[in-house]
Amino acid sequence: MANYLSGIFGSSPVAPLQQHMDIAYRCAKQLIPMFEAVIESDWAAVEECRQRIRDLESEADEMKQAIRSSLPKSLFMPVPREDLLELLLVQDRVANRAKDVSGLVVGRKMELPGPIAEPFIKFVRCSVAAAKQARKSVRELDELFETGFRGAEAKLVASMVAELDRLESESDLLQSELRARLFKLESELPPVNVMFLYKIIDLTGEVADYAERVGRRLELLLAH
Amino acid sequence: MADMQIYIGLAAIFGLFMAWGIGANDVANAMATSVGSKALTIKQAIFVAAVFEFAGAVLAGGEVTSTIRKGIIDAASISDSPEILIYGMLASLAAAGSWLLIASRLGWPVSTTHSIVGAIVGFAVVGIGVDAVHWGKIGEIVVSWIVTPMIAGFAAYLIYSSVQWLIIGRENPLERARRYVPVYIFLAGFTITLVTIFKGLKHAGLSLSTQQAYLVATVIGILIALIGKFFINRIEIDEKADRKFHFATVEKVFGVLMIVTACGMAFAHGSNDVANAVGPVAAVISIAQSGIVGQESPLPLAVLFLGGIGIVVGLATFGRHVIATVGSKIIHLTPSRGFAAELAAASTIVMASSTGMPISTTQTLVGAVLGVGMARGITAINLAVVNRIFISWVITIPAGAILAIIFFYILKAVL
Repeated sequence: MANYLSGIFGSSPVAPLQQHMDIAYRCAKQLIPMFEAVIESDWAAVEECRQRIRDLESEADEMKQAIRSSLPKSLFMPVPREDLLELLLVQDRVANRAKDVSGLVVGRKMELPGPIAEPFIKFVRCSVAAAKQARKSVRELDELFETGFRGAEAKLVASMVAELDRLESESDLLQSELRARLFKLESELPPVNVMFLYKIIDLTGEVADYAERVGRRLELLLAH
Repeated sequence: MADMQIYIGLAAIFGLFMAWGIGANDVANAMATSVGSKALTIKQAIFVAAVFEFAGAVLAGGEVTSTIRKGIIDAASISDSPEILIYGMLASLAAAGSWLLIASRLGWPVSTTHSIVGAIVGFAVVGIGVDAVHWGKIGEIVVSWIVTPMIAGFAAYLIYSSVQWLIIGRENPLERARRYVPVYIFLAGFTITLVTIFKGLKHAGLSLSTQQAYLVATVIGILIALIGKFFINRIEIDEKADRKFHFATVEKVFGVLMIVTACGMAFAHGSNDVANAVGPVAAVISIAQSGIVGQESPLPLAVLFLGGIGIVVGLATFGRHVIATVGSKIIHLTPSRGFAAELAAASTIVMASSTGMPISTTQTLVGAVLGVGMARGITAINLAVVNRIFISWVITIPAGAILAIIFFYILKAVL
């Protein structure tokens, strides 16, 4: 008879959401060693990175399902349940895009032409940095719940999201520079390769885009 | 009336059993929030509960006991046959006790208060007559069942909002917690002491003027706040668990406050729920001793003692286990929220006790938790379970009534 009081406290989605973002970031981070290995044409290492990305992405997927099923409609929370589910979705996309990139690279044995190798790595690092900043912001989620999404902690998160925006803009900038360089090389490369290089650049940019959208979602939570 | 000794003996056994059940089961709901938030260990919780449940029962349990004993039914029409009232009260205890046993086996969230009130009304309607029930009083009680969770919820909302505004939302929550938490401790000590003095001490044979009451409550409040401040000052910053705003340490400061509100909660619970066990016992004893149904004699303090002892024994035998189980599941309620819920619920319950309203302490606490949730204090509340808790009393009343009628006829045939 006494156990029903404990029943009114639903299981908190906060820690799982934070773990999910952590996995998504670790997944995206593998893109750096992967492209470094691509430049050195170390295909065994590329394949290793690809495997790690796959594993982490499916781990994130499983976690996403578990979090969803632990958030029934009858739950009353300080922020709308839909907003948390949206946050989960964009977090998951970060890992998804990393997996798409790695799939293309391995599938097409993609090589990076010498002149764009260095700016490409810089661009990847920046996208991954955006994902890292997204993780840093999501790590504040527990403190946000502690403070009821108000006051000094809310301001702190807002400033983290501003930094995330900055990283995303930087990654945009690097992306357009990279495209410009690739454009100059286009005539010297096999056209199909060029097509897929553009595709990879776009997908890598999306890693940063979704990281930024994690920030947008956090901002929405603050606005309630 | 040679059977009277038997009646008193039976009443005492039934009453003790009820009190034991309350101690074993219901106290857990009052204490689990403190254990779950780690403000108290299990051992400390048992100790606090034993002392303050007993104190609440003896010092402030009189009014509600009087309501259960003689406020619900008017027995004037059966003054020729007082044993009917004795059978009825015994049947009510047996009915409420067995209904609680059944319900807890099935995991249904039922309230002791609702069972006993339903049982008394049930036997009165069948055994004496529809007019024997003070329907006006029943109306008041039912309204109080609806209103108390709302009041507790509103109070909890205000208390927790003030915590957010004064402490948690600030740049330096730790400093501000050290400064303001003693004020909350004072408020908790002051409120509960004041209500107890106004109503409770009368039964214990002490009476103070209004001014004296305020003075004593203020002094006791300040005293508790100072003791609290001493312990708060000794809390060191936990560098490992803390981030920018030191919330881990802030919660430790609130932990001190929660010890105080846990005492208040145990006291409040004792003051209201002891009546469910000993109200009918008091009725039986007074009829058995005097042979009349009028029950003008004052409430014997020994009856409240009996109830207090029953609760403590229940706590010592089974309560420990139940508190541990429930506490381990309420880990998401941190002291900054738990205290707000407990302070709001305890104040509401003590006030209800002082006006003699038998209310459900658990439902009041649930109302308070919802209030904290409304102020965005709780990560996730399962509304499906909340609904079940509030709806359960609709079933409990007829169930208690029907069982009481059955037991009434059995006792009438046997005794």
